[in-house]
Amino acid sequence: MNKHEFLAELRKGLSGLPKEDIEERIAFYGEMIEDRVEEGCSEEEAVSEIGSVEEIVSQIVAETPISKIVKERVSPKRSLKAWEIILIILGAPIWLSLLIAAFSVLLSVWVAVFSVIVSLWAVAVSLVAMLLGGIAAGVVIIVKGGVWQGIALLGAGLACAGIGILLFIGCLYAVKGIVFLTKELVVGIKKAFIRKEEER
Amino acid sequence: MDNQLKRGLLDVCVLAAVKNEESYGYRIIKDMKPYLDMSESTLYTILKRLETAEMITVRSAEHGGRLRKYYSITQKGIDRIEEFKGEWKELLSVYKFVTKGECYGE
Repeated sequence: MNKHEFLAELRKGLSGLPKEDIEERIAFYGEMIEDRVEEGCSEEEAVSEIGSVEEIVSQIVAETPISKIVKERVSPKRSLKAWEIILIILGAPIWLSLLIAAFSVLLSVWVAVFSVIVSLWAVAVSLVAMLLGGIAAGVVIIVKGGVWQGIALLGAGLACAGIGILLFIGCLYAVKGIVFLTKELVVGIKKAFIRKEEER
Repeated sequence: MDNQLKRGLLDVCVLAAVKNEESYGYRIIKDMKPYLDMSESTLYTILKRLETAEMITVRSAEHGGRLRKYYSITQKGIDRIEEFKGEWKELLSVYKFVTKGECYGE
């Protein structure tokens, strides 16, 4: 990777930051590369000494206060006209409630899915618990003389435990799935803002 | 190491690197290399912080047909180094207290 490619990649990675910040960073890294080249490095060597763009970007983003990034992402390209501001304020009862409604729908879907998973967990746990019950009851009945009934109860307990364990595995996957979906959702909402940024 | 402590330490290191004469980014990194490895991004953040705190000043000057930024220390920066030396003495006495009565060379 030469200097030009490195700086272009860096610029792309930092696109969420305020413009002045990006220019300053680019100038800084450009200078760092040029100073190394002046010392006798090739451009490629200089770039590789500085490190991967990915690492640099993630460090910079981690150090930048989130308010700065958010402000840059959502700040409109042109300042709003007076009548637009008035419209936005007057329309607040409508769009604000719609926004809240949209979020509550999302939240309730999430809660519903999550509660189904929680109840499945409960079923799995109770099925495994039935193993203990089955064994205890079975032993008591066998001791009292009911050999066949006792064995049947033991078997039923074992069967329940088997189903419970299978359900348990299923639940694990379900939890993994919902974690994944939640992540996707958050990333999706975030991307909606980033896309706005790139259109500018 | 405790993050707060490390941050303060790195700040003073960079101040020391520009204490005697003004310097530029790559040279600061090179000068510090025997003592600690600092990445470009870390240096950038520290320089920014020191500039905001008015402990260093920055000027751009032409060098070999391009612009290079030069950093030099201010009185505030010099004061900070002195303050650091005082803090370090305090820290050393705390260290002595912490390790008091411990046996070495077992």
